[in-house]
Amino acid sequence: MINLSLKELSDSLKEKKFSSVELTQFFLDRLDLYNSSINAFISFDKDKSLAMARNADAMIQEGRQNYLTGIPIAQKDIFCAEGWKTSCGSRMLDNFIAPYDATVISKFNEVGAVNLGKTNMDEFAMGSSNETSFYGNVKNPWDIKAVPGGSSGGSAAAVAGMLAPAATATDTGGSIRQPASLCGLTGLKPTYGLVSRYGMIAFASSLDQAGPMCHTAEDCAAMLNVMTGHDPKDSTSVQREKENYLKGIHDPIKGLKIGIPKEFFSEGLEPEIEKIIEQGIDEYKKLGAEIVEISLPNNHLSIPVYYVIAPAEASSNLSRYDGVRYGYRTKEYDDLMDMYCKTREEGFGNEVKRRIMIGTYVLSAGYYDAYYLKAQKIRRLISEDFKKAFEKCDVILGPSAPSVAFPIGDKKEDPLKMYMQDVYTISTNLAGLPGLSMPAGLMNNLPVGMQLIGNYFSEAKLLNIANIFQTNTDWHNLSPKGFE
Amino acid sequence: MKFNNDEIKKIAHLARININELEIGQVSEKLEGILGLIDQMTKVNTDNIEPMAHALDITQPLREDKVTEGDIREKSLELSKETNQSLFIVPRVIE
Repeated sequence: MINLSLKELSDSLKEKKFSSVELTQFFLDRLDLYNSSINAFISFDKDKSLAMARNADAMIQEGRQNYLTGIPIAQKDIFCAEGWKTSCGSRMLDNFIAPYDATVISKFNEVGAVNLGKTNMDEFAMGSSNETSFYGNVKNPWDIKAVPGGSSGGSAAAVAGMLAPAATATDTGGSIRQPASLCGLTGLKPTYGLVSRYGMIAFASSLDQAGPMCHTAEDCAAMLNVMTGHDPKDSTSVQREKENYLKGIHDPIKGLKIGIPKEFFSEGLEPEIEKIIEQGIDEYKKLGAEIVEISLPNNHLSIPVYYVIAPAEASSNLSRYDGVRYGYRTKEYDDLMDMYCKTREEGFGNEVKRRIMIGTYVLSAGYYDAYYLKAQKIRRLISEDFKKAFEKCDVILGPSAPSVAFPIGDKKEDPLKMYMQDVYTISTNLAGLPGLSMPAGLMNNLPVGMQLIGNYFSEAKLLNIANIFQTNTDWHNLSPKGFE
Repeated sequence: MKFNNDEIKKIAHLARININELEIGQVSEKLEGILGLIDQMTKVNTDNIEPMAHALDITQPLREDKVTEGDIREKSLELSKETNQSLFIVPRVIE
């Protein structure tokens, strides 16, 4: 069952080759076997998962089967799921049992997908290595001495280690695409506003977006079909007709214009990765695509801009954790102020505290114009670069991350080094564009991701372009040793 | 950009995060590093550039103000460390 696509799992359930209960039990057994070695899940609840599987089997029996009915999906622990512990990787929410479902969770529930458990993540999605989690770091199934990337490192490790057929993830600056890259998976960050953020614990509200993490583009399309749709509970959810992302997934790509941003191939990129991406470009040429050089001249500013905007929004979003209504509360305190300050000192980890303090500083009296307003203006310049680029090409191609999976501990004490992991992904979040990462080769036996960036709402096209690559190459079929 | 101890304490207080005296040096070093990175922005000419607060040009949608989830008071209160009847309890703030 571990090598089957979501389509094959769905067909097998329909043909009664196995039931959802059997399938769910199979993955729960794998969880028992492997989770302790990679720490991909923060929590799981076998009884709940199996009850959902029984319900799915009844749906299938009654002829109410959808594509994902009965298929176990790992859910990033950032999504509130009623009755499930939802920690966001933080001590602050270690005792938090969500009292309601996030819209993403409701949508999976409606089609009868099974919640397999909640995946580990960097605390409040702040990190690129999954080392900031209160629940310990996640290990990369390709090399358990290496990080899986972050912040959706648990989702990535769960799917790469075949502990789950597919997972949800979120991406504020690269948190879907970078771990997908480091774990050899296909991950898609949709256009801002396509997937509802209701019940998805907020980090930086103008950048956060949920998406799927799977083995293939086709699986991602099936997941996206469930996840998207207008939601009145999220005021930034876009009102547009729901698309079927599987519909044009096999369309020929002859004549497709692929833009190569020269800034993505400058210093900081591993030469071996550059070579692999060039091989990917050659593959697309063979498939009939036309290659054009483009420029994103302000891309190097995306990291400084992000580290103003994201912490500013985070400092506001995370002010809700005060120990009063839910979450952690310190044991001893003198007065209300003391309770707030100690609760937040003890409940948050170092990286989260750093970002809250940076955000507080850039928004504080006297600094707003120099930092926050300036960053918003440069955000406009970065966004305009993409607008100009898309006049010349249909899609942009480059690396997803500057390196492959790096050793655990390598960058943990040096935030600036860590932040460079997102140098190719952050600009799309600032512009609100969709981006996809897919495996394109191996360097030192570790996966290398190739990124596609599309224009607004071009997810169907991105998935189509990725799927055509995957029907002609085998990189997405490779799996780490020791998890068979 | 260099922070002195009082500045770090002030930021921490605004953020409502207690900060241990012994950690101030380390915290300020990390924050100074991040602000050094951010300072790359200062060289950029942004005259006449409209700030961009949001990725999409969207307006705030309105909806009818009606109850959709019924009474969730008990469910919400259960999550708190300290409640009394229908109230969240915090240390006394008015003498």
